[in-house]
Amino acid sequence: MSIDLKTIKHISKLSRISVDEKKAEKLAGDLNSIFDFIEKLNELKTDNVEPLTSVAETTLKLRSDEVKSKNLRDQVIKNSPKENEDYFVVPKVIE
Amino acid sequence: MSDITKQSLSELVKNIKGKKLSSSEVTKAFVERSEKSKELNAYITEDYANALNKAKKFDEKPNLDLKLPGIPMAVKDLFCTRDLRTTAGSKILNNFVPTYESTVTQNIWNEGAILMGKLNCDEFAMGSSNETSFFGNVQNPIDKNLVPGGSSGGSSSAVAAQLTPITIGTDTGGSIRQPASFTGTVGLKPTYGSCSRYGIVAFASSLDQAGPMAQNVKDCALLQEVISSYDEKDSTSIDFKRNEYSKELTKDIKGKKIGIPKEYRVDGMPKEIEDLWKKGIEFAKDCGAEIIDISLPHTNYALPTYYIVAPAEASSNLARYDGVKYGFRAEGENLIDMYEKTRSEGFGAEVQRRIMIGTYVLSSGYYDAYYLKAQKVRKLIKNDFDDAYKKVDAILTPSTPSSAFKIGEKTNDPVSMYLNDIFTVPVNLAGLPGISIPAGHDTKGYPLGLQIIGKAFDEQNILNIAYAMEEKINFKNNITDWWIK
Repeated sequence: MSIDLKTIKHISKLSRISVDEKKAEKLAGDLNSIFDFIEKLNELKTDNVEPLTSVAETTLKLRSDEVKSKNLRDQVIKNSPKENEDYFVVPKVIE
Repeated sequence: MSDITKQSLSELVKNIKGKKLSSSEVTKAFVERSEKSKELNAYITEDYANALNKAKKFDEKPNLDLKLPGIPMAVKDLFCTRDLRTTAGSKILNNFVPTYESTVTQNIWNEGAILMGKLNCDEFAMGSSNETSFFGNVQNPIDKNLVPGGSSGGSSSAVAAQLTPITIGTDTGGSIRQPASFTGTVGLKPTYGSCSRYGIVAFASSLDQAGPMAQNVKDCALLQEVISSYDEKDSTSIDFKRNEYSKELTKDIKGKKIGIPKEYRVDGMPKEIEDLWKKGIEFAKDCGAEIIDISLPHTNYALPTYYIVAPAEASSNLARYDGVKYGFRAEGENLIDMYEKTRSEGFGAEVQRRIMIGTYVLSSGYYDAYYLKAQKVRKLIKNDFDDAYKKVDAILTPSTPSSAFKIGEKTNDPVSMYLNDIFTVPVNLAGLPGISIPAGHDTKGYPLGLQIIGKAFDEQNILNIAYAMEEKINFKNNITDWWIK
């Protein structure tokens, strides 16, 4: 299997990480060597194996639906990169 | 007492409880040594003035019933600490100041310990050498220009150099045990679900676990009993009976069955590692343990499985870093452009690489071939351990396939860097506890570690085996303080 530059551009778009040509070439090389290594899994037959999604053999606990923390607005926006009173500010999205 | 920083955690606790030392004296000693040790680059953020104030307050009204009374401690910068910057070793969190505290660190402060600062680590814990940190690499106190391991490299360096009496790290594929092995210290990766993940910057949620790093097994057991707790804020936290590990610690391991997995004899394993393992087997026998050959047939598939599962989970977890709500933001022409530039400039190369791998294996058309396949192989790996534990109580292996390597030696070849974790990754995939203890030196004089893997929730058993073997091994770390001018 080989990951080409077109695939790298596609993954970069899905990842929301911008890549220029030079970075794309480097990534293609790295990802190809990593996937060569990963391909080893194809040696194994796993048709009848149940996938393991969690090692914690437990069911989710129920709890009562109570508000335990409130009035956190100031804490929530404290680390906002752009300050504007009560909102997170982003570039204009509606013309 | 001039040799305060040479004392183990247990000695310091005893001396503070016996009023032979005050918290201020102890804290001052570790702060002074940390200040003289900047060349190691073990800290990302120092909080010395606050630490000294807290120590003073503790001494005014000391509560000597606590488990860590007035003990100063620096922690890995992956744990959120209220009002103190938490970076995860990344530019994207360079200015992030949490408004809440991780459960693990809260448990530590509740027992009287005092925060000294935040320790360096690989960016988002992705690395085996601490070289992916935005804040620069860390020096191993064993030798200049030697990596301290990773991702908890600042933690291992700080404990080995005695800048902190004890610390905590996190371990997703070996990030506590490998750096412990590289620095001649003890590191425990607890059972998945033992320590709460609440407030720990997430990397791969089905694998991440916090754990103690210490100079000896007893200190490690004490910190484990402090940090391990059931926490309803972490949906994968498990409610089981937790021991007072340090109190129940015993060197009597007579008749314990210890398995030696033949698949860990990997191709090209240095003779020094093979010899260390043989030596470890003899030490275990000397302690009265019974040695049994076992097989973990899917061992060779653990790393490829890990490099699908961990990046897949990371790519989801790291989607939150978009420059909108907190952290670094790059300006863009529009919203999408802002996201893409923020993530491209805010994440380092290794993190971007893993996000891309994860995105790819989860993307339409590839999910079954990669992610589902990896989850199935993960099941086979866990089954291997389940089968082995029908015959044995614990498993003994080397911690790493080599001793610490030079800074820059493996940075250009991601796969050779990943191979460092060959003996530690299967333990995370199966959710088991594992401890690395220092067990000898290679010909260069660098430390080498042995790993003891236990059954789920059987931390006490592997701590006991480690405690018994530690006495027989009688390891001495060779640290010359070369960085102190």
